[in-house]
Amino acid sequence: MLEIRNLHARIVDDGTEIIRGLNLTVKAGEVAAIMGPNGSGKSTLSYILAGREDYEVTEGDILYNGQSILEMDPAERATSGIFLAFQYPMEIPGVATMEFLKVAMNEQRKARGEEPLKIPEFLKRVKEAAASLSMDMAMLKRPLNVGFSGGEKKRAEILQMKLLEPKLCVLDETDSGLDIDALKIVSDGVNALRAPDRAFLVITHYQRLLEHIVPDTVHVLYKGQVIKSGDKSLALDLEANGYAGVIGEAA
Amino acid sequence: MNMHSTPQRTQAETALIDAFGDRLSLLPGDGAVMLKRDDAIEAIKHGLPTRRVESWHYTDLRRLLNAVPDFDPAAMAKAIAPIVAGSTVVSILNGTSDAKVPVLEGVTFQRLSEKLTDGSIAPGLDPYGSDDAIGALNTAFVADGYFVDIADGAELEKPIELQNLQAGGQTHVRLPVRVGAGAKAVIVERQAGDGAALVSSVSQLVLGEGAEVIWLIVQEQPETATHLAQFKAHLGKNSKLTVFFMNAGGKLVRQEIVVRTTGEGADFKLRGINLLAGDTHTDVTMVLDHAVPHTTSTEVIRNVVTGKARGVFQGRINVHQYAQKTNAKMACNTLLLSDDGEFSTKPELEIFADDVVCGHGATVTEIDHDHLFYLMARGVDEKTARGLLVKAFVAEVIEELDDEMIVEALEARLDDWFVAHG
Repeated sequence: MLEIRNLHARIVDDGTEIIRGLNLTVKAGEVAAIMGPNGSGKSTLSYILAGREDYEVTEGDILYNGQSILEMDPAERATSGIFLAFQYPMEIPGVATMEFLKVAMNEQRKARGEEPLKIPEFLKRVKEAAASLSMDMAMLKRPLNVGFSGGEKKRAEILQMKLLEPKLCVLDETDSGLDIDALKIVSDGVNALRAPDRAFLVITHYQRLLEHIVPDTVHVLYKGQVIKSGDKSLALDLEANGYAGVIGEAA
Repeated sequence: MNMHSTPQRTQAETALIDAFGDRLSLLPGDGAVMLKRDDAIEAIKHGLPTRRVESWHYTDLRRLLNAVPDFDPAAMAKAIAPIVAGSTVVSILNGTSDAKVPVLEGVTFQRLSEKLTDGSIAPGLDPYGSDDAIGALNTAFVADGYFVDIADGAELEKPIELQNLQAGGQTHVRLPVRVGAGAKAVIVERQAGDGAALVSSVSQLVLGEGAEVIWLIVQEQPETATHLAQFKAHLGKNSKLTVFFMNAGGKLVRQEIVVRTTGEGADFKLRGINLLAGDTHTDVTMVLDHAVPHTTSTEVIRNVVTGKARGVFQGRINVHQYAQKTNAKMACNTLLLSDDGEFSTKPELEIFADDVVCGHGATVTEIDHDHLFYLMARGVDEKTARGLLVKAFVAEVIEELDDEMIVEALEARLDDWFVAHG
């Protein structure tokens, strides 16, 4: 479903190369965990997948269902089924959350040639999704993410993911800022979406999240490259021994 | 020979002076009113203000007012639906009020032409300063309008909408409104039309003790019209006034807001949005006098500038020497969406009291790229995402009005503008 080939990318502003020859393949139905120390390029990878303009791909390619997405803008990538759950979801004053959800869902439907949702159907879907994440509907009447706690923002990201039904879900440190109860709710939300035609790229620092969202594969990112891949036991090994051993092996 | 050679009159100045001569016999008013008119036209004979007059620095009226249309007795404007359904509507069509005034409990409507004829309005025709060109123009030519009196203690459930509608030519109207002690009302001042008119409109509001008023100015003139407007208010003890303006049209627009707190405990809020497009010039100038102790005010202005539009906000707050414990805050935020657009902001605080809290801030920004990325990352295309963010920027000020009926009505006006200028 996702194939990243020898990807090199840098920050547009200052030319700093962050991704340096990254290779990664994720199959449909797979949950792939990306782990790595601070500054290894994990968040950058998520932004590049979503199409953020602050980064420039200088070499290599990203294939999604066999097609390069490098020329697609963020909206085109989203409507084609790529979803990024942000590490730090933006607060957008003045844009009501419900209005935003309606626009986003209908824009995606439009791009797929589907009719816009009727209001009752839209409300029903939002209510169901909110209930499954223990979210209060009153929260959704507020402007997007404004005044939400860290945990509420993360839940709101998963809510959007549920409603938009993407095929490739990139979760950027979704566990950060969550207490143990919220982590359970969010993980359950993600697990409920696991499907044979859907893949997940779960970016995290800690093994903790992977106890709840059990990965099929684990990849260690260091200095912009995948230096080691394995199954879920690799995450346990990292938790016990730290990154030093793996980095030493690769060097 | 006059040693102080008067500068050559502009075409517009000449047209106004000639029009006064032609109109004089048609203008209503007794001797007291006529004296005021004579003084006013004298002021215009001295010339329209230029950028050398401080309060007109960013709006050089002499240069910008380059044509004055003739009066057009045949022009026909039509009343329009009020922004809030069920409002009591009074309309001035091409400068003329309707002989039939509505009947509303606790409210008296009177045609202003009657009050000009009997001279009872004469004391209100004084300008507020030597640079009051709009006041002078209006006093010289004002022919009609409505006087509205809201009785003490009256609480109006639905808004009163005062419509000033033009279909070309010149219209000069006045809207004096008295709100009695403890009364509550929402008043909509609707300024619109479809002609290349010259409009002057002066609203005068007096708030009695404890009165609470929300006054909405909705200006949607066509991009061919010149709209020169003034809103003046006196705030009595413990009264509350919120003025919201929306400028969404006009070729040359100046909206002056002149407010004075005259009773302790008075509170004034100014909220406004300027939606500027095309090759237009829009100026909002506020002069607020905190004249007594313990009064409060906040001002929040949001501007969206597109095309070659130019905008101005001048906010002057005078805190008088004995106006201790004044609390005043002013903010002006601009979203600049084109390279050719411009916006000038001039905050002025003149504080003669020593125990006050006053502040002001101004920002000019483009669309936040992080916000844009976030919306696009959810599949919203760039154009729609930009539209959402621009609307959000101004809608915030509307939502703060916190009255569902008003918020919905204003957002509908906002949507109309975005459809026309999206």
